[in-house]
Amino acid sequence: MSAAATAELVVDIQNVVAGYLPGVDILNGCSLQARRGELIGIIGPNGAGKSTLLKSIFGQVNVRSGSITLEGRDITSLRANQLVALGVGMVPQTNNVFSTLTIEENLQMGLYQRPKAYDERLEFVTSIFAELGKRLKQRAGSLSGGERQMVAMSRALMMDPKVLLLDEPSAGLSPVRQDEAFIRVSEINKAGVTCIMVEQNARRCLQICDRGYVLDQGSDAYTGTGRELLGDPKVTELYLGTLGE
Amino acid sequence: MSSDLTAPVAREKTTGLHIGDAKPGVAKTDPIIIADGVRRTFGGLTAVDVEHLEIPRGAITALIGPNGAGKTTLFNLLTGFDKPDSGAWTFEGHSLSGVPAYKVARLGQVRTFQLTKALGLLTVLDNMKLGAKGQVGERFWQSLFPFLWRKQDHQIEERAFELLKKFKLDEKSDDFAASLSGGQRKLLEMARALMSEPRLVMLDEPMAGVNPALTQSLLEHILDLKDEGMTVLFVEHDMHMVRHIADWVVVMAEGRVVAEGDPISVMKNPEVVDAYLGAHQEIDLGVVTGRYPAADAGKNKASKESK
Repeated sequence: MSAAATAELVVDIQNVVAGYLPGVDILNGCSLQARRGELIGIIGPNGAGKSTLLKSIFGQVNVRSGSITLEGRDITSLRANQLVALGVGMVPQTNNVFSTLTIEENLQMGLYQRPKAYDERLEFVTSIFAELGKRLKQRAGSLSGGERQMVAMSRALMMDPKVLLLDEPSAGLSPVRQDEAFIRVSEINKAGVTCIMVEQNARRCLQICDRGYVLDQGSDAYTGTGRELLGDPKVTELYLGTLGE
Repeated sequence: MSSDLTAPVAREKTTGLHIGDAKPGVAKTDPIIIADGVRRTFGGLTAVDVEHLEIPRGAITALIGPNGAGKTTLFNLLTGFDKPDSGAWTFEGHSLSGVPAYKVARLGQVRTFQLTKALGLLTVLDNMKLGAKGQVGERFWQSLFPFLWRKQDHQIEERAFELLKKFKLDEKSDDFAASLSGGQRKLLEMARALMSEPRLVMLDEPMAGVNPALTQSLLEHILDLKDEGMTVLFVEHDMHMVRHIADWVVVMAEGRVVAEGDPISVMKNPEVVDAYLGAHQEIDLGVVTGRYPAADAGKNKASKESK
C-alpha cells in the first residue's frame, strides 16, 4: 500500500459537476484520485452520486465542469468505446449483460476491439469465474441476477483494463458469492489493475480497499484508508449502520 | 436520522408456525400459500422443482439460497409473471395456477422486483398513485366527471405522502422516478406495493442497493407490516436482515427446497453454511485477502466488542 501511495496518479478527478436533467446537478464538485495499483472504495447514502461518479468517468454522464484525467491525459467526456480502448473497464450495476446472447458471446463482446486475444483472456476470466466456463453456451437472459453480475465482471476483464470501474459488484450475490466477489476484486487489483469500486456493502468494501471515499450530496465528504474509515464512529453512524456488528 | 439508527429492532418473533419437525415441505399451522409440484424448466435447466411448500400466514418468511437457486423464478411463478411446466398453488384458498399477474395483485398478493420497475417518466407521486387499486377514475365514463373521483384521488394522494414520508422519499415526490438512484427506486417500489393494501407482500431483495444506514429503519417498516396483519415473503442475501426479522427461513438450492426452519437453526445447518453462507462470514476480508495482518483484524474485533 505504501508503494501505491507514492505511485503516479492513474485517475485524477477534479471538482466534477455532473447530472442528468438540465439544472439538476447530482455531483457538486467531486474530487477523487486513484494511484497505480490502488483499490479505491466509494461509499455513501442513497442518491449521494456514487454511480453517477463512475458514469461520469466512463463518459455516460455529461460532465458540466471539472476535469478527469487518465495517466495525465484528459479524458473528460470521452465516449465509452474510446475509454475502453484506452484501458478503462466498467461493470454497470444493472442491465449489464446482453440477455439474448450466450455467456460466450457476451465475453466476445467485451473483446470486440481485440478479438485475437480471446483464448488467452477467456482462460484468465474462467480461472476467476470457473462456473461460467462450464456454461459458455447458456443464454445470459436465463441467468439469475447474481450470475449476470459475474458475466458483466468477466466481460469487463476481457479487455485487460488498466482501470476497472465496478458499480456495486456484490449487489444481488449470495453471501458466499459476495465474499468471493470481493476476494476476486482484490486479486484483480493485486494483479496490477487499479480498481475504483462503488459499494453498498460498505463494511466489506472498506475491509479490502486501500483508500475509501465517502460521498454525500454529490461531493466527497470524507476520505481515508479503508481501516481509518471503518474505525471512524461518524462514518459508522451515518453510512455503515450498526446492524452488521 | 439518528433516532432511526438507535431504534431497537428487538421485537418478538412469531413461533409455532409449523407442525412436526422443521424439514423441507413441512406443514404450517396456518398457511397463506400452499404450492404443490411446481416445476419450471428453461431448456435443459430445471430452475424450480418444488414438491411441497407452505408459507405461514402473519409471519415474515425469508427465502434464501445461492445464485441460480430459483428464488426469483419461484416468485415469478407464484405471482403470475411466469407459467410453470406443471404444478398448482393456492393463495388464501384461491387456486392461482394460470391467473395473470394483475389479477394476483388484485387478490392481495403484491411483489417487488430485484431489478426495479419504476416508471421513469412519471413523478414519484404518480408512481405511488398508480399502485392504489379500485380507482373510480380509471373507468372510462367516470373519468369524464372529476367530481366522481376527486375525493378518492385526494385520499390516495394522502396515503401516498404518508408512505413516501416513511421511506424518506417525500422530498422527491415531484421528481421523475428516473432521477432517483438505484437504492431510492428500491424504496419507491416497496412503497408503491404497499399502496394496494396487500395481504401478502413479496419482496425480491429489498435491501440490495439500499444504504446500510437506512436498512435499520426499513427493517422496522417490514416488522410494522407484520404488526398490521400482513404476511411478508422476501428473498434476501443480507443475512443480518434475515436473522433480525425473519420468523421462518426457506432455503432453496438448484430449484428445490433443501431446508426450512427458524433463522438461527437454519444458519447453523452445515450444508447451508457450505453452499450459501461461506466460511468467511465473521472474518475480516482484509485478512482473508492478505491485505492486512491478522493482528490488525483482532484489534478491530476487540474494539467492536468493547462497544
